[in-house]
Amino acid sequence: MKILKIILLNLLILSSLIASDLQSDSQELLTNSYSKKETVILDLTKKYKSEKKFEYLLQKLLAGDLYYTKNDNRIVFLKEKKESNYLTVDIFSGEKLSEASKYDFKKVKINNKLRNIIKASLAKINLFSTDEDKRLNSAKNLLKNLKLDDKEIIIEALQSEKSSNIRDILDEANTILIAQYGTTEEKYKAVDKLGGFISSKTLATLKDVLNNSEDEKLKTIAESSLDIVEIKKSIYSFIETAFFGLSMGSVLLLAAIGLAITFGVMKVINMAHGELIMIGAYTTYTIQQLFPNLIEYSVIIAVPCAFIVSGIVGILIERLVIRHLYGRPLETLLATFGVSLILQQLVRTIYSPLNQEVKTPSWMSGAWEVNSSLFLTYNRLYIVIFSVMVFLAILYVMKKTSLGLKVRAVSQNRPIARAMGIKSSFIDAATFGIGSGIAGVAGVALSQLTNVGPNLGQAYIVDSFMVVVFGGVGNLWGTLIAALTLGEINKFIEPISGAVLAKVIILVFIILFIQKRPRGLFPQKGRDAQD
Amino acid sequence: MKNKSFILKILENDKGGKIVLSTLAVVVFVVSFCNLFVPSSSAFYISTFTVTILGKYLAFALLALALDLVWGYLGVLSLGHGAFFALGGYGLAMYLMRQIGDRGVYGNPDLPDFMVFMNLKELPWFWYGFDNPLFTFIMIMLVPAILAFVFGWFAFKSRVTGVYLSIITQAMTYALMLAFFRNDMGFGGNNGLTDFKDILGFDLQADSTRVGLLIITFLALTLGYLICRFIINSRLGRVIISIRDEESRVRFIGYKVEQYKVFIFVVSAILAGIAGALYVPQVGIINPGVFSPLFSIELVIWVAIGGRGTLYGAIIGAIVVNFASTYFTSALPEVWLYALGGLFVLVTLYLPKGVVGLISQIDSKLRKAK
Repeated sequence: MKILKIILLNLLILSSLIASDLQSDSQELLTNSYSKKETVILDLTKKYKSEKKFEYLLQKLLAGDLYYTKNDNRIVFLKEKKESNYLTVDIFSGEKLSEASKYDFKKVKINNKLRNIIKASLAKINLFSTDEDKRLNSAKNLLKNLKLDDKEIIIEALQSEKSSNIRDILDEANTILIAQYGTTEEKYKAVDKLGGFISSKTLATLKDVLNNSEDEKLKTIAESSLDIVEIKKSIYSFIETAFFGLSMGSVLLLAAIGLAITFGVMKVINMAHGELIMIGAYTTYTIQQLFPNLIEYSVIIAVPCAFIVSGIVGILIERLVIRHLYGRPLETLLATFGVSLILQQLVRTIYSPLNQEVKTPSWMSGAWEVNSSLFLTYNRLYIVIFSVMVFLAILYVMKKTSLGLKVRAVSQNRPIARAMGIKSSFIDAATFGIGSGIAGVAGVALSQLTNVGPNLGQAYIVDSFMVVVFGGVGNLWGTLIAALTLGEINKFIEPISGAVLAKVIILVFIILFIQKRPRGLFPQKGRDAQD
Repeated sequence: MKNKSFILKILENDKGGKIVLSTLAVVVFVVSFCNLFVPSSSAFYISTFTVTILGKYLAFALLALALDLVWGYLGVLSLGHGAFFALGGYGLAMYLMRQIGDRGVYGNPDLPDFMVFMNLKELPWFWYGFDNPLFTFIMIMLVPAILAFVFGWFAFKSRVTGVYLSIITQAMTYALMLAFFRNDMGFGGNNGLTDFKDILGFDLQADSTRVGLLIITFLALTLGYLICRFIINSRLGRVIISIRDEESRVRFIGYKVEQYKVFIFVVSAILAGIAGALYVPQVGIINPGVFSPLFSIELVIWVAIGGRGTLYGAIIGAIVVNFASTYFTSALPEVWLYALGGLFVLVTLYLPKGVVGLISQIDSKLRKAK
């Protein structure tokens, strides 16, 4: 125990010694020669890279806030300017100095070259930070602006680094350096090993070797490595596009699934469906306005609220208008179009015709970084999951509950269903309410992706109908497959044709498809399918 | 005089048509006269603005007529008729653009302003020929006709009917709208085509040109009406009405239903295209907004409010709704969309035959009372 104590004590003394060393060594910064400052900073970085105070000093220096007192050369940083007086703090002791005239201080000046050196030094310091995110970022920066001088520090960091993620990046940087500056044998190995990495720096290095090297053997190795890297890259970009397609498909699914019920099951063409989505989005906005402290949860609160609000509006539409028009789909189209105009104007009157901003909770922003060439944004990820949940819920209600059974019964044969004792008017209202409620829930999701405004619904109504018609009316699985297919097709042709043209191509595709299969992908079968 | 009797024969048993057309003829004549020959200080003077507005309504009436032919008589509800209208409009607008010559802002005699602005060096191939009025006139009818033929041929051949047809016509106009909004389509992108100067050598800003356009629009509407009426009265008309009422039976009897449908669809598209061409010089601009599904649906509403399946009802509907729209959007802009929405709902619920149906209902009640 005693020995331990002594060692600890010694360490303490040692560390305080180092601190004081930093303080005295830093005095060398107080020179007018920029080239002197350069060497001082590089030396100090080598010596004190794990020193918090030094990092702080560099940051203040980079920001141009570092000064020293003229009379006793104390290094301080500027805390506050008060007219011609400065309030400063000693950078080493943290002691606040009393306010003094600005003529008592001199600024430690830097130029652009120095600025870059400081940045590089900070990066190196961060490489040994205790904060893993800092180390990761620093390693990434290092890889991006790789120089031969970094070799030592990379190897040093590799020895102490525990996170495998960061190790991989450092390893990649190291391998690239060897591939560039090593001996011939080392180069062969390194270039071969580079096939295991995927960053753009690796790609550039391999291309460089292939173009500029004279060693034929090295070139062949580089070529095969390059092939591997490029295959990997294309696989990742394929995955990324597929994911974008999936998320777009999920949005389409959410927008269309309510319609699949009102149109598919009830044969009602609800042109106000888009406006029910819009109401869901505005519900989210309203909740954020009412509870500004609950932004993190507002989206979750909004889901049931939007379901209820849109559901009630839907039931009202059904009771007041659609009830009178069953069996006349074209008339429901006209009447509900009128309803959609009224709802849009209502929103304009209540909320103003301008777009409103709905805030994204922090857990939905940012991206999941799978590796250096694959990022999946959280909001899209959540929407994919959410739409699957909504789909499964609807599927469950329709296939497993008695309400679902009655809904299907009424939609297939109204008179017989009534004869069996089902209250068809209640079922109609309930079905329409569920379809509308789901539209509202879709609106909550959409509010996280686009602007919330009175025209929100119109942007989705044509798409929604396309999905339902393409999938085959009255078939939830068809809607799912149609939405995902259209989302994927769209995202895969977008890079070739541009976003707008991609949409045009899709619409033309669907128009042609319907000519071939007028009842969609999965047509309804049986006697009632003909109407 | 043989010609006149022919017209009268077409209008036989068409009291409503006679009333509507003759009323319009009187209105057009009075408006034209009061605009050109009454001094502007007089209380009877009618402004050129009114002339233009009336001309616009009549162009819309022709469009509504075209839609009523396919919807009211063939039973095909097209939610994309705005597309044919817009194509006709763009056709004439291209001619008007070519007439500007070097009077544009950039003063380029070979290229319209927006092309100079977009750094185009050469006229796109599809603009060739549009400096020729005859070529333009043919294109105004041909382009919508071809679109309608191809679309109709595909759709009717594979028996896409009812709601599905409505939805894909909507998709058609939506796709065209997206395409025309693109700047590199060569049609001026979202700004559309505008800044027209003259037509066939006449100054577009001159009162006399405006009145001339109004009268031409009226004549086109009358001619369109007579053509539609002629079709309806003919044997062909009876076939298409039968298709509307019981398509499968007509098919079983041995008629080639698709051919009838395509034919009527194409005729309707041509009429819509002409309406668009008449609309553009009077309004002075055309942009991709005309392709929007919203416009096409609104146009369905004109017909529904007027009374579908009665050609003159479509004319009344188009004029009444647009008049109300012009009046209310300036007087009570907030109320107008509520009113329009409410109108859609109420007319579908309570006036399935539109205003015209209401009039005849009242008429028959009065007769019974006598």
